[in-house]
Amino acid sequence: MSFVEYEELIKEGDTAIIFLGHGSMFPVQVQRGAQTQTKYGVIRHSAHLIGQPFGSRVTCSKGGWVYVLHPTPELWTLNLPHRTQILYSTDISIITMMLELKPGSIVCESGTGSGSLSHAIIRTVAPTGHLHTVEFHQQRAQKAEEEFREHRVDRWVTVRNQDVCKNGFGVSHVADAVFLDIPSPWEAIGHAKDALKVEGGRLCSFSPCIEQVQRTCQALAEHGFIEITTLEILLREYNVRTANLPLPDLGGALDPLPVLGEAQFKIGVPLKETVGHTGYLTFASKSLF
Amino acid sequence: MEGAKEDGPAGCGAMENSAEHPRQQDHLIRDGDFVVLKREDVFKAVQVQRRKKVTFEKQWFFLDNVIGHSYGTTFEVSSGGNLQPKKMMEEITSDMSCFSETKEAGIDNRNIVDDGKSQKLTQDDIKALKDKGIKGEEIVQQLIENSTTFRDKTEFAQDKYIKKKKKKYEAIITVVKPSTRILSIMYYAREPGKINYMRYDTLAQMLTLGNIHAGNKMIVMETCAGLVLGAVMERMGGFGSIIQMYPGGGPVRAATTCFGFPKSFFNSLYEFPLGKVNSLLNGTFSSQALPSESKDSISVEENNGTLLDDLQTSPKEREENIVEVIENNHPPQETMEVISQEPEYKEHKERGNKKDYIQEFQRKQEQQKKRQIEAAALLNERNADGLIIASRYHPTPLALSLLEFVAPSRPFVVYCHYKEPLVECYTKLRERGGVINLRLSETWLRNYQVLPDRSHPKLMMSGGGGYLLSGITVANDKQKSESCAVQLQKTEEPVAKKRKVQESDSTLEDLP
Repeated sequence: MSFVEYEELIKEGDTAIIFLGHGSMFPVQVQRGAQTQTKYGVIRHSAHLIGQPFGSRVTCSKGGWVYVLHPTPELWTLNLPHRTQILYSTDISIITMMLELKPGSIVCESGTGSGSLSHAIIRTVAPTGHLHTVEFHQQRAQKAEEEFREHRVDRWVTVRNQDVCKNGFGVSHVADAVFLDIPSPWEAIGHAKDALKVEGGRLCSFSPCIEQVQRTCQALAEHGFIEITTLEILLREYNVRTANLPLPDLGGALDPLPVLGEAQFKIGVPLKETVGHTGYLTFASKSLF
Repeated sequence: MEGAKEDGPAGCGAMENSAEHPRQQDHLIRDGDFVVLKREDVFKAVQVQRRKKVTFEKQWFFLDNVIGHSYGTTFEVSSGGNLQPKKMMEEITSDMSCFSETKEAGIDNRNIVDDGKSQKLTQDDIKALKDKGIKGEEIVQQLIENSTTFRDKTEFAQDKYIKKKKKKYEAIITVVKPSTRILSIMYYAREPGKINYMRYDTLAQMLTLGNIHAGNKMIVMETCAGLVLGAVMERMGGFGSIIQMYPGGGPVRAATTCFGFPKSFFNSLYEFPLGKVNSLLNGTFSSQALPSESKDSISVEENNGTLLDDLQTSPKEREENIVEVIENNHPPQETMEVISQEPEYKEHKERGNKKDYIQEFQRKQEQQKKRQIEAAALLNERNADGLIIASRYHPTPLALSLLEFVAPSRPFVVYCHYKEPLVECYTKLRERGGVINLRLSETWLRNYQVLPDRSHPKLMMSGGGGYLLSGITVANDKQKSESCAVQLQKTEEPVAKKRKVQESDSTLEDLP
């Protein structure tokens, strides 16, 4: 397995996603001789996982079963150990498209945080692109580097442990795109401009508060960025259910409908509670002049 | 594009443009390039050709002067339809005007009366200025000077006034490189019917949920003018393969053409007719001579790129076109000269040599047959890395049969303009089995105006962007897969990880 390439069979050292149903899942590092406990019983890595195809059903000791899935950035986002607040796939999708990321893109990112977006970027820019990611928190930077190695994507990413607002991204005039998810992005706009290619590029900044957005937009305009747009994307999820509406009794015989007692139909109902706000996304283009 | 003439003033070296060797001068506009014109928030895709008249936003001009300039250069339309490159500074200052020094301005509008006489210039005066060929910005300046109420307006109102007049009198056009971002925004604004009203944020979700990346073997079934196909091709960067399923005579790829992909991207793009899916699934597929289809598909191929002309038609015509498309699933036949991606085509058209044309036609037919057999073989391996469906057909039968070609543990995404068919598709996929983590979702997009003391949401987009059903394939237990029942001996293996897992009520997502 690798996060940038599908493989058929599970092998030692892989990260696999154990899927228990109802959207509940967790990641495991596959290891010879290791065991993982689930409520359906134990999963023995040597017997149940190694050499099996991804997507197969594993029957556990108590007779229950789980599925074992190939890792993807989207599954990782749902299962990674949080070291910070993370970006979810809804925001990641629009960021990836609006930054025009594709194989071969050179991208600068700060902060690395828990690496949720980093994995998605690496997936998109491989095999010919590269990610330069900056994290000022030493432990987090180290942990991210470790994870990239474990997931066999370290070839496509360089982690730098420095303060992006003071020292920038550690590269200049190489990036096609820059992404900022830091408390004071307006302090890093100059460095972002310097990191972007001479012939231009795209920038995105993620901020939860509108005041941060205001300062960022002002800094972007001052540094000559154009096409400045701010947007917000919201996910609406639906449960598929069978609904029943009892038919009213209007006093019998005159009713033209065959009296069923109730009417049944399939519906998609919005979840009772859902995410209302993650953050504002501000996009801009570096101009040529 | 390969084979484009090298005659930009910068004289870039003729390098082959392929995935492995990007052109050194990739950021320069060349003759024959597919580009996008941008004015404010309006886009239009065109191909650069010398002495070709282009109409855009009620103006006409020639694109000759853009050749050799960098992508992202801004031009002004001058008399005679010529484009003059413009320094960006002016645009920046207009963006910056809200942050710039204070001018003379009023505090509120208590004394401003609408008597219709505040503008001293008459309609005729303005027309005279325009006819003289006076620059747009100077006309705006004149309007401000001749407005008696301008100085009494608040600073914000002044900004707004200037912006409005600039939009009307200054014709500033930027030439940008095509991308999924630009083309999907353009299509949603201009031709939403052709892409089944798929909003660009919905397309973005599809590309991510489908884990589209280099090296994949993808199955794409779309009737979105080739926009979804182009988006998938862009994300795959020429690595891996794509099998496009098409209804009718051939795939429509008008939007795909607008991306201006290098030829190498098309080497691993296959197409397979939807009408033969069942025979492929039950093993009776044979590539007997293609019926008269191939004739259609040639005409379709010739019509790839019609969008370039389509977008020049009037809104009314466009509507009719959309109706037409819905009625006979062929792109509207336009008879405008479009440079085909294959030069030999054009030669034939020009020479009009019938015999050659027939030979060419037969060669094409043979080639098409060969490609179809290759596509069938690829599908038959039943190990595709993903499936994307976005069409005007009911999604359920498409999903049920096309999922057969997908390997286990791979994502799939189904788009539909309406929610109800996806509710049904969800139910049917549950019955079929072999899929988990089914999710029915929709995204909302909100744009903001961000200005000092004037920040607020711009417009709510909702309802029109379409819905998605996504999920992951797994080994289908209903097909009696060999469950890996392992002899459970008590081993002395250490317990590596103990995990507490949330309670969930049944073994696998059974709905109440």
